Amino acid sequence: MDRKNGPAVRFDGIAKSFDGGASFAVESVSLEIAGGSFVALVGESGSGKSTLLKTINRLVDPSAGTVAIAGEAVKDQNPADLRRHIGYVFQNIGLFPHMSVAENIMIIPRLGVSETVNTVPELLDLVGLPADVADRLPNELSGGQQQRVGVARALAGEPGLMLMDEPFGALDPVTRDQLGETYRALHDRLGLTTIMVTHDMAEALLLADRILVMSEGGIVADDTPEALLAGKGGAEANALIAIPKGQMARLRALEMKS
Amino acid sequence: MNPRLQEALAQVPALLADHVLLSAAALLLGLAVALPLAVGASRNDRLRQFALGTASLVQTIPGLALLALFYPLLLALNSLLAPAGVALPALGFLPALLALALYAVLPILRNAVTGIVGIDPAIIEAADGVGMTPRQKLRLVEAPLAAPVVMAGIRTATVWTIGAATLSTTVGQPSLGDMIFAGLQTQNWTLVLVGCLAAAALALTADALLGLIESGIAQRRRWMVGTGLIALLVGVTMALAPLVLAQSRPDIVTIGAKGFSEQYVLARLIGGQLEEAGYQVRYREGLGSAIAFEALTRGDVDVYVDYTGTLWTNAMRREDNPPRDVMLAQLSDWVSATRRARILGRLGFENTYAFAVTQETARRHGLQSINDLAGVAPQLTMGTDVEFLNRPEWASIRSAYGLAFAATQSYQPTFMYRAVESGRADVITAFSSDGRIAAGNLTVLSDPRGAIPNYDAVLLVAPGRADEERFTAALTPLLDAIPVEAMREANYMVDRDAEKASPAEAAAWLAEQISR
Repeated sequence: MDRKNGPAVRFDGIAKSFDGGASFAVESVSLEIAGGSFVALVGESGSGKSTLLKTINRLVDPSAGTVAIAGEAVKDQNPADLRRHIGYVFQNIGLFPHMSVAENIMIIPRLGVSETVNTVPELLDLVGLPADVADRLPNELSGGQQQRVGVARALAGEPGLMLMDEPFGALDPVTRDQLGETYRALHDRLGLTTIMVTHDMAEALLLADRILVMSEGGIVADDTPEALLAGKGGAEANALIAIPKGQMARLRALEMKS
Repeated sequence: MNPRLQEALAQVPALLADHVLLSAAALLLGLAVALPLAVGASRNDRLRQFALGTASLVQTIPGLALLALFYPLLLALNSLLAPAGVALPALGFLPALLALALYAVLPILRNAVTGIVGIDPAIIEAADGVGMTPRQKLRLVEAPLAAPVVMAGIRTATVWTIGAATLSTTVGQPSLGDMIFAGLQTQNWTLVLVGCLAAAALALTADALLGLIESGIAQRRRWMVGTGLIALLVGVTMALAPLVLAQSRPDIVTIGAKGFSEQYVLARLIGGQLEEAGYQVRYREGLGSAIAFEALTRGDVDVYVDYTGTLWTNAMRREDNPPRDVMLAQLSDWVSATRRARILGRLGFENTYAFAVTQETARRHGLQSINDLAGVAPQLTMGTDVEFLNRPEWASIRSAYGLAFAATQSYQPTFMYRAVESGRADVITAFSSDGRIAAGNLTVLSDPRGAIPNYDAVLLVAPGRADEERFTAALTPLLDAIPVEAMREANYMVDRDAEKASPAEAAAWLAEQISR
């Protein structure tokens, strides 16, 4: 299952308004994401990070600007065809409740594009699930197991690019941590390009190679986790980092007391 | 077994088959309209509001009225299509099918829209996210997830349609309603009950089979879905069989009858004559007064009995009241010239409107003629049949005598006689050939001003049969052969409460009187 690096993604002057130009969810974003990198998009609710992410697989079409994957503009591609080649994982998972786990995982090959070589047991193994869940229905699984199936479904189309919108946001902390690590390992092993939206700076710092901080539709910081931790990201980034840092300091103080 | 019950049960299979076919066809048409509309409506808010609003509006129209409205609608459509040489049947299967299908649309549409719109948005986002085209999304996700809700809507529509299909009798489409309407007219409660129970049993069976399919879909059990579908298919096929076989039979004569006892009896009398002459016959009974004549001129009905005064005022739209021979002559000319149909001749009796009161009322108010009635009318309640108050005859009688009643009340004819006997109505517009006038000892008030037109019973023959020698020859023995006393007696045999005869039995008795 080893592969070359996933494709690069390029935003060029992206803007999106949902109300005909009165206000903008995303305002003139231009940047390039290198193939094979793991990028986290961090920001508060309403900062425009999900909207920006969805312009890549055309769940949202921008009001202005272009998005290109590996140099090809997405607006010239058929949306359904485009999406079958991009993995998409989101907070509410969206498994099809009337299909078994196996049918859910094999949905993209069934839509008639990929000559996938992966089998259901291989994909289940990849996300750390036993092969015998294949015949179960989604509602017989725990939330963490369901999201693992969601990741397996996204991988079945053999994508080079994975888009993740708060993928672990609804999971309990233990599951969340495990799944985050499982996925990061997969990212490295498969040579994917991953763009993950999260509002949790700690998660971004621990998983990503590069962090984009968004506020009011624009990118306000763009750096490595190390640089952001060193305070080089500016006021908004520092405010977001201050939260996990502060928690850590309080935990350490608590530890010292006892 | 009780002979009355036996006779009623014997009618069930053929009518049940018609009922099944009509309901199934209406539901299929309803589905064909409602499902694509629901898909469109689930994707477009404005279409959704419009479609659901219109369907709800249709639902508020009473079933009987909706069926009746399709008759003029199809006539109008025909006059539009006439240049293209297309002629749609305005009576029978088509209007019944269209009205019932329209009725079936709302529950299916509403449930299908609810089913699709109610799907968890995350599932729709996932369907888009994995790269489904809108068509794939519908087939793989929306349709299967909405299916249980849609099935519930189909079940509701099925029960409604099977129930409303009993009303198709009034537009000349046979159904189990034939038994209900005929039974109501002739006070044959066994017939009414058997008709109702058969319709109810059909509705429950169809609902149970659809319920099986619904559970099968919800529980992902293919055998349940399969069993339900096969059973439904077998039912429809069995209903279809006699129709396919009948196609090979040549030349079936359709005999029409309006919805009262005399008409049922005369239809059977005509049927007997024609069968003797070697024709196959079938009956379209319970037709509305205006519908019967139009049905004849269009050939949907081959022969039926109407009354000169009715045709004169309703069909010819004349307001004068000439002597009976003049009226018949002009009417005959008009019918052949404008409709190419034929009035074969009088049967020999008249069935006119007769203002009737109980002897006690007559005595108390000193009533002998309608003139006398005019003076006391403001203290009296008049009971009529359901048509009378809207007929031009009533307008002319009212103005001729200056009648103004305290109240008017319409009844089915059967209940009209009950009303005058029980005192709920003081005076009724009875029918002069009705046996219940004599049986109830009612006094008929005379018409000194000649305001009530003649109502000679005449035999009408459709354009396609008008020149058919064998056909007219078979009916000629009926002309001028039925005195009013004989008709009254035959009517009373059907209408009386004890020892009731069926219309067929009364017709047989009448035939015997004629041949004497």
